[in-house]
Amino acid sequence: MTVMEQRGAYRPTPPPAWQPRTDPAPLLPDEEPYRVLGTDAADKVDPELLRRLYAELVRGRRYNTQATALTKQGRLAVYPSSTGQEACEIAAALALEERDWLFPSYRDTLAVVARGLDPASALTLLRGDWHTGYDPREHRIAPLSTPLATQLPHAVGLAHAARLKGDDVVALAMVGDGGTSEGDFHEALNFAAVWQAPVVFLVQNNGFAISVPLAKQTAAPSLAHKAVGYGMPGRLVDGNDAAAMHEVLSEAVARAREGGGPTLVEAVTYRMEAHTNADDATRYRQDTDVEAWRDHDPILLMERELTERGLLDDDMKRQAGEDAEAMAADLRQHMNQEPVLDPMDLFTHVYAEQTSQLREQAAQLRAELEVAAEEAEEETR
Amino acid sequence: MSTVAAKPVTKPATKPATMAQALGRALRDSMAEDPSVHVLGEDVGALGGVFRVTDGLAAEFGEDRCTDTPLAEAGILGTAVGMAMYGLRPVVEMQFDAFAYPAFEQLISHVARMRNRTRGTLPLPITVRVPYGGGIGGVEHHSDSSEAYYIATPGLHVVTPATVSDAYGLLRASIASDDPVVFLEPKRLYWSKADWNPDAPQTVEPIGRAVVRRSGRSATLITYGPSVPVCLEAAEAARAEGWDLEVVDLRSLVPFDDETVAASVRRTGRAVVVHESGGFGGPGGEIAARVTERCFHHLEAPVLRVAGFDIPYPPPMLEKHHLPGVDRILDAVARLQWEADS
Repeated sequence: MTVMEQRGAYRPTPPPAWQPRTDPAPLLPDEEPYRVLGTDAADKVDPELLRRLYAELVRGRRYNTQATALTKQGRLAVYPSSTGQEACEIAAALALEERDWLFPSYRDTLAVVARGLDPASALTLLRGDWHTGYDPREHRIAPLSTPLATQLPHAVGLAHAARLKGDDVVALAMVGDGGTSEGDFHEALNFAAVWQAPVVFLVQNNGFAISVPLAKQTAAPSLAHKAVGYGMPGRLVDGNDAAAMHEVLSEAVARAREGGGPTLVEAVTYRMEAHTNADDATRYRQDTDVEAWRDHDPILLMERELTERGLLDDDMKRQAGEDAEAMAADLRQHMNQEPVLDPMDLFTHVYAEQTSQLREQAAQLRAELEVAAEEAEEETR
Repeated sequence: MSTVAAKPVTKPATKPATMAQALGRALRDSMAEDPSVHVLGEDVGALGGVFRVTDGLAAEFGEDRCTDTPLAEAGILGTAVGMAMYGLRPVVEMQFDAFAYPAFEQLISHVARMRNRTRGTLPLPITVRVPYGGGIGGVEHHSDSSEAYYIATPGLHVVTPATVSDAYGLLRASIASDDPVVFLEPKRLYWSKADWNPDAPQTVEPIGRAVVRRSGRSATLITYGPSVPVCLEAAEAARAEGWDLEVVDLRSLVPFDDETVAASVRRTGRAVVVHESGGFGGPGGEIAARVTERCFHHLEAPVLRVAGFDIPYPPPMLEKHHLPGVDRILDAVARLQWEADS
């Protein structure tokens, strides 16, 4: 008998408590990404919500272009633009209640701003004056995570802890298509499903992990299909359709809040810019591919819908543009000021109480600063 | 926690207890005192941990407070980060030293630096219990001394007890700490016994204080964790040679108690650092450098190291050749240039 035959004959006896807990069929994603804009489903969406999504998209796009411009002026060390992905970013923020938590990745500055953080504080990491420019507890926004997928288990743990305390808090965690290959992605989804933690995982499939296309990233039918293996529903959504994103994420958040457990949402979108300003996207993709996505721009889709239904006039468009411009001007003005940094802060937050080793090193730096200050004073005399 | 009952204390009823029991008691007392303390890990529930340290916790506090997790170390520590963000005090168990490596990214990229990266607004009070070290006949991946990795990571406290009483006190202090602590449990001391009264008030040592376990005048053995009893044995044996050795038990590698160590070496003028982990890039190099910087003019001899060999941890049938034993320590002491003194 061959090994393969043995394997085929092997039928493990399940332990008595083991039961398949779910029929996999309802967990499977749709074959095509779910869409609302341009379909009959759009008629059911509250017009005010559509208008708000539109205004936020315009603001988000302006934020992306402003931040990109700031990298060219040397005001930001780096900016991973989410241009083209604004619908995912906005929907992630708007699907959450104030008491919920957002776990963003490094590309999700826009979601953080849409959640209400002031635009400049969201850029501290990318400017380089500190790693996180806000108090995570104040806004219920975790630090922007640079390592891939490592923030996903944090979201699970937080949501689990909230449920243990009896709070109906939901955590929404964002990750890119490349991040789904990381071990932490697997562990987070598995923990969430086993614990039935109130978490929503949002994968923004923007086509590339820096330069590596999805086809070299996974052999799964879709990233949303990965959900079924964990025992949670997977949803496949058009990531450029802000209304569809908002609906699907809101449903997933509501389900989690009611004790229905986690959901994996795959947003199919496209990264219009390079990975960051340090990347040359022409080395791995054709301009024609990028052009094809311009017809499917999230702002364009929303504008078409609103215009066709008579929900958007020139005044509203002008207003949205002016609001975005004011935000950009504020951001520019703030970023053009030199940040005031205290080098002694290097030692302040390593431990609750400084070790004697750090006290010695702090004294060394303080002495160096004093010498530098004296020298500077002498030069000005 | 450290207060003694006001009434006149008759001699407390001590009985032999193992280090594993003392650790379990520390977990239990911490959980009883503070409802935010949660224990999680693989097999910590019904089984009570493979070393039985968490025995009885799930029964007493429920599975929500003492949770059997899926088998995934990054997931265990990663979810503990989120739990701590929401105000809990997670104590995670990493079954064996080498099984903790999948969780390294969480430890180094998030746990150690969350306080710093958020300017102190998000401290993470997580205790990571790691059974470590050899001498129990474990097969591959069950006997690593991984402390060098941890002490090289700013933001972590790294402690390791050598006595039953310290096991209790240091674990209580670690759980109470507002910063993450890597709590290294010497596996081969789990079953070491000492007279100990779990019902009497226990001293909770502040993290970061070394202790002189044995006073001596000839030389200082600087050590920690599983090597402490070995050094005490070596010190007893050294009496036959006329050497009166002092033994310093560090208890905490980070923060490092420079004061106690330097004071001892200044008294004795000679020092040997003893640990199980490899010497190259190991804690002994750092300790020897610190001692030399502080005590150079008091030193009668170079600071020597007795460490494990710089090899992957050997198979159990060969580990006795790797682990620093009494003879190797005495050989090092003999090399402390005694002739220069005479």
